Amino acid sequence: MTLELQNVRREVKGAVHISDVSLMLERGSLNVLLGATLAGKTSLMRLMAGLDAPSSGRVISNGQDVTGLSVKKRSVAMVYQQFINYPALTVYENIASPLRVQGLPRAEIEARVVEAAKLLKLEPYLQRLPLALSGGQQQRTAIARALVKRADLVLLDEPLANLDYKLREELREELPRIFASTGAVFVYATTEPTEALLLGGNTATLMQGAVTQFGPTAEVYRRPADLATARVFSDPPLNTLRVTKSGATVRLENGTTVAAIGAFAGVADGAYIIGVRAHHLAVEDRTFGDASRGESGLIRLAAAIAVTEVTGSESFLHMDVIGEAGGKERLTALVPGVRRLEPEAEVEVVIDPRHILLFDASGRSTGTALDAAA
Amino acid sequence: MSPNTRGGAFIMALYLIFLMLPIYWLVNMSLKTNFEINTTVSLWPQAITFEHYIKIFTDSSWYSGYINSLTYVVLNTIISISLALPAAYAFSRYSFVGDKHLFFWLLSNRMAPPAVFALPFFNLYSAIGLFDTPWAVALAHCLFNVPLAVWILEGFMSGVPREIDETAAIDGYSFPRFFVKIFMPLIASGIGVAAFFCFMFSWVELLLARTLTATNAKPIAVTMTRTVSAAGMDWGLLAAAGVLTIIPGALVIWFVRNYIAKGFALGRV
Repeated sequence: MTLELQNVRREVKGAVHISDVSLMLERGSLNVLLGATLAGKTSLMRLMAGLDAPSSGRVISNGQDVTGLSVKKRSVAMVYQQFINYPALTVYENIASPLRVQGLPRAEIEARVVEAAKLLKLEPYLQRLPLALSGGQQQRTAIARALVKRADLVLLDEPLANLDYKLREELREELPRIFASTGAVFVYATTEPTEALLLGGNTATLMQGAVTQFGPTAEVYRRPADLATARVFSDPPLNTLRVTKSGATVRLENGTTVAAIGAFAGVADGAYIIGVRAHHLAVEDRTFGDASRGESGLIRLAAAIAVTEVTGSESFLHMDVIGEAGGKERLTALVPGVRRLEPEAEVEVVIDPRHILLFDASGRSTGTALDAAA
Repeated sequence: MSPNTRGGAFIMALYLIFLMLPIYWLVNMSLKTNFEINTTVSLWPQAITFEHYIKIFTDSSWYSGYINSLTYVVLNTIISISLALPAAYAFSRYSFVGDKHLFFWLLSNRMAPPAVFALPFFNLYSAIGLFDTPWAVALAHCLFNVPLAVWILEGFMSGVPREIDETAAIDGYSFPRFFVKIFMPLIASGIGVAAFFCFMFSWVELLLARTLTATNAKPIAVTMTRTVSAAGMDWGLLAAAGVLTIIPGALVIWFVRNYIAKGFALGRV
């Protein structure tokens, strides 16, 4: 089964929820919808499922136009972020419910429910009511119900967001494996770039109801087509700096100039925006750190610490570039180890031009990619 | 027990006595002979007699009053709940032109005095041959019970996440099957509370019930007014009838006792 969206648009009371999205989802593929809250992930899923009808555009399933077809007549399964089960039915009956509606023979229902329960480790709880289970077990029940139906299209709307950390990791590993064998089209919505990378497959980045890029997940991560995609696909947020290239030098907004090497080498003169992910920023103590001082072509910026957050083995340093006039962008660096720097402490931020994303003034990528190793 | 709790218990006991005294006195009277009621003041019956109860259960002019009342009350409860369920679902799940105004207007029906409607109902039901049937009272009581049931049920229904409806649609449930198999069990307590309120309001309403019946469908409350005769009041009989009138309500309360507070808040707790 394939699912194709053609220029799908949805407006509610004049507000555009989804603007002209076209996507082609292949048979047996895992597709991640990545975007912040309110980016339109759920709206898009509801259009795919047929819970909402698009204002314009078409939804094609297996070559057939299903735009106006009711959700009851489609082969769809959906798992919500909230744990949605039928509270009055036992776990067994919850999982069996789509099969009962289809009118399958009792023996087959039993076989399929037991199989799904085994896969999702729900066997001991089959006779309990969903509300008597933990959150993870409730969500696994919902996933089992989606699985047992063997639908052509499986929609998972932030299924792990309300689970605690450990369960989330466990289920995230299992999910692609569980669903891979079914040949269905999978759509998985998440707000976390890390989750998208761990799941693999394809990723569509969403921003304000529009798909900014769609392609293999690693590819979208390494070669974001534009600034919006790079921002969606960066956590902690992407650091950006405005620069101007003229000839062999690149001038930063605070007046610093560096040699135009790396990503700058092949591009025409003009204004650009640099995007740097947090783990590509090196932070050096201004007076002592000089390990890489000898290397040429590194961008060095004087900055003042605003906030430091230590998460145990890593430290987040939030800094303001010194000397930058107006429109000051805060830089965030993720550095290994415990670095507890006092606010106002002056440091030097080092950026390797090989590890930057370069966008032109309108936000389009200049075609640079992060090194595969990065 | 600290002096404080003892004081609290004392006040509580006084309050309970104050509340229960009329009911006790009713039961007390129903077990006395009329002679004792009229001649002495006694805290408990000197000679217990069940003659009043026996009369009510054997005299058809008495027990038919109970049957008539129960008939129209049960009819009314069934009609009200079955009309209110789809209406409340619509108010809870869909938005349509004027839905909020319509919803409020429903409630305002509850505020109109029944006396206003007694005359039009009397005239209408006489014209179409419904006068003096249980249906007349059952339908008339829908006037205030349907809006009340819609309000209570809407509150309970809005507490059920919409995603459950959608999941059922995705699973392929038809609407009626979803409604009966999945949705109604989720609001079972709401249905119980709504039914209780319909039952109680219909049971205690007197004006419409008396206006719309004559002899065949006469409710118990009207029958009770017959005890005035040339020989004076038949106090004991009246008290026994009163005791029996309390029982159905008390029974129904027992079944919904855990949800009743939510019901008074129209399901919005």
